[in-house]
This record gives sequence, structure tokens and C-alpha cells, in this order.
Amino acid sequence: MIEFDQVQKSYQVEDREVPALHPTSLTVETGEVFGIVGHSGAGKSTLVRLINQLEPPTDGRILIDGETVSDYSPAELRAFRRRVGMIFQHFNLLSSKTVADNIAFPMKLAKIYSRAEIRCRVDELLKRVGLEAHANKYPSQLSGGQKQRVGIARALACRPTILLCDEATSALDPQTTQSVLRLLADINRELGLTIVLITHEMDVVRRVCDRVAVMDAGRVVEMGPVTDVFLHPKHPTTRDFVFESESIDRDELQQDLQQAEGRILRLTFRGESTYKPLLGSVARESGVDFSILSGRIDHIKDTPYGQLTLSLVGGDLGVAMQALEAADVHVEVLR
Amino acid sequence: MMEDLLTNVDWSEIGWASRDTLVMVGMSLLFSVLIGLPVGVLLFLTGKRQLLEQPVAYAILSFVVNVLRSVPFIILLIVMIPVTVLIVGTSLGVAGAIPPLVAGGAPFFARLVETSLREVDRGIIEATQAMGASVKQIIFGALLPEALPGIIAGITVTAITLVSYAAMSGVVGGGGLGDLAIRFGYQRFQTDVMIITVALLVIFVQLLQMLGDRLVLYFSRK
Repeated sequence: MIEFDQVQKSYQVEDREVPALHPTSLTVETGEVFGIVGHSGAGKSTLVRLINQLEPPTDGRILIDGETVSDYSPAELRAFRRRVGMIFQHFNLLSSKTVADNIAFPMKLAKIYSRAEIRCRVDELLKRVGLEAHANKYPSQLSGGQKQRVGIARALACRPTILLCDEATSALDPQTTQSVLRLLADINRELGLTIVLITHEMDVVRRVCDRVAVMDAGRVVEMGPVTDVFLHPKHPTTRDFVFESESIDRDELQQDLQQAEGRILRLTFRGESTYKPLLGSVARESGVDFSILSGRIDHIKDTPYGQLTLSLVGGDLGVAMQALEAADVHVEVLR
Repeated sequence: MMEDLLTNVDWSEIGWASRDTLVMVGMSLLFSVLIGLPVGVLLFLTGKRQLLEQPVAYAILSFVVNVLRSVPFIILLIVMIPVTVLIVGTSLGVAGAIPPLVAGGAPFFARLVETSLREVDRGIIEATQAMGASVKQIIFGALLPEALPGIIAGITVTAITLVSYAAMSGVVGGGGLGDLAIRFGYQRFQTDVMIITVALLVIFVQLLQMLGDRLVLYFSRK
């Protein structure tokens, strides 16, 4: 478990204190995938680096499994860092070492593994990330996705309990992003690893995260399960991120809504209700006619969801809304 | 035909002089690297926003390096004489040339090392730190291997600079090809000796550059 207790970080720029993170408290549960989303400069990079003390906090405490990280001696800190893997946007592999040597590097630094153990673990990890054929290549000979797989294998080498991902997919194309995210999800499931992932793409959060914190200007402005935050964003920054990820143009949407007749509702289906043939039967029962203005059906991690914006004309609106709510559909009246 | 053109050339003399130049450049390069490498690493580490940021230490080190680098080598040769006598017992010959050559070469090489270390991606240092590496491990495990091609290129440049410095040491009785060029080529107007020594120096520098380039290529994985 990772706990932030009123953690604050500011930098000294010339003679001014520039806050990077305002006092923040949050908890990341063991075994979950926790996303931190925000624009560049929002403080998410700082937040993730506070966990493994690449940045020491200005104030407050960071506890990992009940131990205060900032109290560690240098030797304890080094031992602690071995239990926290980290992957980076630009991979940060050593160009002078082969793939196998890059993966072996953290184990060699630890000085507690025998040569045989290291070789065995490297083979195992190469297989895990699907790069058995590339063990003796140099990073410059690999594609971006392959480099990040090496980064992941390297981060896992010393069997960490926490994995920090710093914009791990931001330099990758959409297809490679998908496969790397799938790999992260597999690792989380199979190894029970706690993953803290920072990104500026809500889509990444939607695919792999259990919970998310949205950051803006050094503050966490919204936090909760991804299903809640994604389907019912409250803070303007969160809304921006959600709209952006769904590529919705808000002006266009407004125009469409103005042209529609009758009442406008937004329905949100989650889980099983997503697949039920609900709309037709509700329309028949209440005599309401509907047309779909916009809609989307997709998954949030493993949960299917649907979100439809409808315009409704005629019939008994009250009955329709009751029937929908009885079937576990979240109904918002937009107009 | 050749004998007619190069009447003044004593080939055994040329051979000895070449050997002396090789010894001077080789020895001074060895000591320049042995001294310049740690100094360069220290310059890098104590620099601004680096691992062991130490503004005072950096300023002192940087000042010493700059002083040695700003003195023209021909002056350094003369200024160094008492120190040279102290270290090797003479200021003449091959041995007497080596201390001033190191005094000129080491700070030059130190700066080149500092520059090539700065070119190592900061992300790599951060990643190594995040793995729980100590400063020593970061230097020997990540920084130096990553900067190796740059450092080898720096050794090549330093070696070539030392070839020209070594030739200059002939002025104060240093020995080697430069000494030959000055005593015979210049003072006795033996143009043929001058041409041969210059040609040999050009060939020597070409060979050094070729060797350096090959090594850089071999160690570059980018």
C-alpha cells in the first residue's frame, strides 16, 4: 500500500518557491492499477518520483506498506528502490548494453544474485515479454514497442512489488500502445504487482486502471474508480480529458442538441445492463419515441459500458425514466 | 635519385627521433588519460544540477583546468622547468618533455571527458538511480560505458594535440621529430630533413585519427 500523507513538493527557482505539488493525501491499494492523469506540468511526474524518492518531498510523509520512505538511510533507500520498478516514456535503456545485459543490469547492481540466477531470470523475463529472439541485440536495433518491453523486463528483474510507469506509452503508436498496456495488465493480474501509471491520455486510464486521480496545476482535483470518474466526470479538467479521449467536439455536440426535438437524456449503462434489449421495450411501454443523437459502447478495463444521448418525443416520460432506472441505467436529463 | 634529393637525411637519426616522439606521445597520453579521466568525471559530477553538485569544488577544479589550458604550450614548457626537474630530475630529452606534455594534455582531456559525460541522456542516470544504484555504480555501470565512444574520440583528439605539443618541446631541448626539425631543418637550413619530419608527423596523425575513428565506431551502439 502506498500512502501520501499531506505530501508537498516545491522547487527553488532563483529566490522563489515554486510549488509542484500542493499538500496531497491519497492511498494506492496493494495490487491495483492506479492511474494519474493530467496535462504536462500538472505535477504528475513529481508525484510518481516522490514514491521512489527520486524527488524528496518538501513536506509530509510517504508510507510504503507502513514504512516512511523519507526516513530511510542511503543504503536502505537503495534496497527499497530495488523493490520498486520503473519504466519511462523514452525507455532509458543503456545503449552500450545488449537487451539481455540491460535486463540483467539491476540484478547486477543489487550484488545479491549469482550469475546463474541472473541468467535464468533474464531468460524467464525475455520469454515473459516475448523478446527471446532479441537477447543479443542492442537497443538501437529495436522498435519503440520492443524497447519498452525491454524496459518492462528490466523493471521486473528484481521482483518488485510496485511498478511505476512514467508516460510509458506516450512515445508509442496506438497499436503498440495497446500491446504494451495489455502486457502491463497481464503483469498486474499474474504477479499481483501494484502499478502506478501516469499519462496524459484518458484512454490509457480507461483500458488498464482500476482507480484514477486527475491532476491539475499541482493538485488532485478528482479521484475515484475509473468507471465513476470516466462516466460521470465532475471537475472541468476531467471533463476535458474524457471529451478529448472520446474525440467529441463540444461545439458540434451543442449544435446537434439544439436541433433535436423534445427532451434530451443521457443514459449510462454499466456491466450486464449494457447488453440488454432495453430501449425498445421501454419505448413500447411508455409510448415515447426516441432518436439516438450520440452514443458509444466500449469497455472500462473489464467492465462493458454504454453511454447514449437520446432525444425523446411524446408518450409518458416519467414512466420511461422509471423503467430505465429500475433496470440499473443511470439517467441524466440534459434538457 | 632519392639519395641525391635527401642528402642531409640521416635515416637512423630519423628513426631514433620517431621512436622518441612515439614514447613522448605514448607516455604523456597515458598520464593525461589517467589524470584527466577522474578530473573530468569530478568536473561532471560536481557541476550544476548533477549527482554530487558542489559549486565550490567545481569552481576550484574548473579554475585550475582553465589556467592550465589558457597558458600557451610553448610558455607552459618553460614555466614548468623547475617542476619538471623536481619530478623527473631533468628538463631535457624525452623524460623532461613528459611532465609539461601531461600538464597540457590532462586538463584538455578532462574537459573533453566532462563534455562527453554531459551528453549521456539524463534519463539513463535517473533510470539507474531508480534501480537502487550507488553513485559509484552509476559512474562505472552507466555513465562511463555510455560515454565510452565520446571518451575514445576525446583520447584521439588529445593524442593528436600531444603530437603537436611534443614537436614543440624540441624548442627547449625535448627530443623527437620536433627537435630534429628545429636543429637540422630550421637552424641548419636542411629543407629535406624538415620535409621528412613534417611528412612523418602527418602520417602519424593520420594513423592516430584512423585508429580512433575505428574504435569509436566499434564501441558506438547508437
